[in-house]
Amino acid sequence: MSTPTRTPAGAPSSVGGPGGRIGDDAQRPDGVLKVRGEFAYASDLWMDDMLWGVTLRSPHPYARIRSVDVGPALAVPGVHAVLTSDDVPGEKVYGLELADQPVLALDVVRYQGEPVALVAADHPDTARRAAARIVVDYDVWEPVTDARAALGHPTWNQVHDAPAAVTELSRESAHLHPHGNLVRHLKVRKGDPEPTADVVVVGEYEVGMQDQAFLGPESGLAVPGEDGGVDLYVATQWLHVDQRQICSALAMPPEKVRLTLAGVGGAFGGREDLSMHVHACLLALHTGKPVKMSYNREESFFGHVHRHPATMRYEHGATRDGDLVYVKAEIFLDGGAYASSTPAVVGNAGTMGLGPYVVPNVHVDCYGAYTNNPPCGAMRGFGSVQTAFAYEAQMDALAAELGMDPVELRCRNAMELGSETPTGQVVDSPAPVAELLRRLVAMPLPPEPATGDDVDLRHMPGGVSNTTHGEGVRRGVGYAVAYKNVAFSEGFDDYSTARVRLEVVGGEAVATVHTAAAEVGQGLVTVEQQIARTELGVDAVVVHPKDTAVGSAGSSSASRQTYVTGGAVKAACEAVRGRVLERARGLVGRPAGDLRLDGGKVVSDLEGVALPLADVLGDDAVEETVEWRHRPTQALDPDTGQGFAHVQYAFSAHRAVVDVDTELGLVKVVEMACTQDVGKAINPQAVVGQIQGGTAQGLGLAVMEEILVRDGRVQNPSFTDYLIPTVLDMPPMRIEVLEYADPHAPYGLRGVGEAPNISSGPAVLAAIRQATGLPLRRVPVRPEHLTGT
Amino acid sequence: MTRVSMRVDGVTYTDEVEPRTLLVHHLREALGKVGTVVGCDTSNCGACTVHLDGQAVKSCTVLAVQADGAEVTTIEGIGSTDALHPVQKAFHEQHGLQCGFCTPGMIMASIDLLKENPSPSEDEVREGIEGNLCRCTGYQNIVRAVQQAAREMSGTSETLGAQS
Repeated sequence: MSTPTRTPAGAPSSVGGPGGRIGDDAQRPDGVLKVRGEFAYASDLWMDDMLWGVTLRSPHPYARIRSVDVGPALAVPGVHAVLTSDDVPGEKVYGLELADQPVLALDVVRYQGEPVALVAADHPDTARRAAARIVVDYDVWEPVTDARAALGHPTWNQVHDAPAAVTELSRESAHLHPHGNLVRHLKVRKGDPEPTADVVVVGEYEVGMQDQAFLGPESGLAVPGEDGGVDLYVATQWLHVDQRQICSALAMPPEKVRLTLAGVGGAFGGREDLSMHVHACLLALHTGKPVKMSYNREESFFGHVHRHPATMRYEHGATRDGDLVYVKAEIFLDGGAYASSTPAVVGNAGTMGLGPYVVPNVHVDCYGAYTNNPPCGAMRGFGSVQTAFAYEAQMDALAAELGMDPVELRCRNAMELGSETPTGQVVDSPAPVAELLRRLVAMPLPPEPATGDDVDLRHMPGGVSNTTHGEGVRRGVGYAVAYKNVAFSEGFDDYSTARVRLEVVGGEAVATVHTAAAEVGQGLVTVEQQIARTELGVDAVVVHPKDTAVGSAGSSSASRQTYVTGGAVKAACEAVRGRVLERARGLVGRPAGDLRLDGGKVVSDLEGVALPLADVLGDDAVEETVEWRHRPTQALDPDTGQGFAHVQYAFSAHRAVVDVDTELGLVKVVEMACTQDVGKAINPQAVVGQIQGGTAQGLGLAVMEEILVRDGRVQNPSFTDYLIPTVLDMPPMRIEVLEYADPHAPYGLRGVGEAPNISSGPAVLAAIRQATGLPLRRVPVRPEHLTGT
Repeated sequence: MTRVSMRVDGVTYTDEVEPRTLLVHHLREALGKVGTVVGCDTSNCGACTVHLDGQAVKSCTVLAVQADGAEVTTIEGIGSTDALHPVQKAFHEQHGLQCGFCTPGMIMASIDLLKENPSPSEDEVREGIEGNLCRCTGYQNIVRAVQQAAREMSGTSETLGAQS
């Protein structure tokens, strides 16, 4: 195990050698383009003869389509095509895990915003005007909008009352899909089924629907190919799973559907599902012209899946000394109209939903339901975000009941190396949960709020609105810990493909790395370069554009790309290096084992041989393609939820300090502090960047971010009404990064991106609870929750 | 249609535009200045910030006809071919961007801020860019980048109050 190191934030960049190798603060290869405004985002793509595509969407959350008349739209001058589901040549439904979502509406629409028809025209305004002329005759049905009701579960406070939910399901239209309204039910059973404990706390919790709110809306450009196929340039997270679904809808083989990653303006899970991908291809193939589709912000809210809203009931039992005896949990996730990745989100929420604590007796039921709300799927933290609000609130409630310090209670029950998880898996890499918390406690606290004449309004809840000079303001401090699986779980064949070439160009050794792994802002392209520089001893590393000309890299999600694509790039570099050194062996007459690559040369440490790569390679290029897998995981037992389901866990902890104006219900987050174990920081600066960004998104869910859905209709599809943290909402941070190597992972690294998004929000909630004494069972917290008005 | 003439990044363009055309759409679609991006359509995110006669404006709140006769500077018009503007350089070096979509607007807002206040405190940096949203960075490195740029532009190298 390596010694943990700390990365002091704000330290000057140390770039070891030109470009930067493993462990250096290497700078992004796309950074200069991005600061110059020269980086081509998907929305910037342009061809002179292109058409613009727009989508007509259902205004109703649930309705039967009696008829669609596209005639008036086709009559608009400048319109080249109007398409409906009749024009989808292949499978008319698609989906990440279950093919249940229509490419274009079939006979029934199941959510507000479901695509019904497409228009291509020579100007976007023409296309929009034409789409508005399409006549759709809807038979509007009453939507099913409550996940528990959709499953026939009475609400918890109705258990002994009249079961309203049963009435809901008695309607024929209340069955949204032929196989019913249940997407997945995960059971986790461990230990004594009827446990008892000295101290028991029960709580019910609710988490609202969060939006990824990436700044660059969905966009893509489809170009018809001379071979009858299509090239699609699109901002996405997983090119090959897009390709599979597009091929299915177009009834075309993969060689005719070629995807290239266009510049991605953020993702956070919201680009894992298809948006305009098939639509743009259909229009391009139908018209024979390039077709661009770009959503505006309002359409973006309807154009991608969101984070599942959750309702949860937890019961924790512990001994008088504070040892957890059991946890029972019921978790309901609202998947909305189509499955998307709901089965996997249920898997995560069910298996990670008790937090990083040792619990001998477990009884968890986690459900994913279909409703007529917007479809929900992947978002950073993926099932762990929702449950963390519940399990950490429970730990605080238990600590209060026991009269214990909440951090001590957590440390007492914290997982560590060798612990057994609720799903019976032994934690076989470092799990420094208690250390993460203790390091937070040891950090200095920010100064107490100023009073009297020293008050700076900018630091007050309400800010320069001048709502308080400190009257009614109370400070609170809260802690929370994240627990998240890294990479794909439950037996998924999780792999990435890397093609690496080494050659001499103009006298300089150059490596080229080609993967399909999506750069979505996280900095994977930098990591790919750092690995190639380190493994091949060269400075110049070209990152090939991301496309489907190389094998799948899997998704840029689940905190997995540095692990899995990083592992693939490392393995491909090793294969190239082996061949180069084998060649060199004959030239220098030494065993290959004594040779290494460094500084563009073949070097022997024993003999001091330094042979330029130009002499070894000449005009040849050495290229290797490697498909790399992490160790396999297994499906969970369907009855007990036990099994080796996860390859790695990520842990982070947050301390939040808040000031609450208890009269107005306004919250000012004063400081966020975070500790995270990352195994090995491949790029410390980028690791810290992930922690900072994830923290902000967690803070947003805690106090401001929610898609408000009423009767299946989104009330706030704009950045005017859906608020994300500004620079004034997001306070300064203290960050410590630990590096306890995971012996099973490349370089010992641990996935980084999601954990800080998980622990941040619950820490803010804990701090607000401490400041106010209120139980606060729902997020985001609104002013009225704090004032009781 | 209305004839408008404006100098954009040092080049004068004269075009016929519909009076309702927003400046950002004119820049992107008529002039090909796609370095300036559209994030929200509602003037909340600031990704489309440009300088109009030297002042930062959200170009989705300005009509193209309002910029008639004006000097417009976009992200593509700062710095030079050989060298980055100090604010651009600082955003790159301080990892003040991830996806980069907010970056053009952030940089243009920051330049305007530093023109008004060449050595802002951390609080003043935060006030100065509160109209620009970033979803990736949590703003920490953006604040740091603006402070680095302020030091470089004022020729000082002393460390400002670290926000650790």
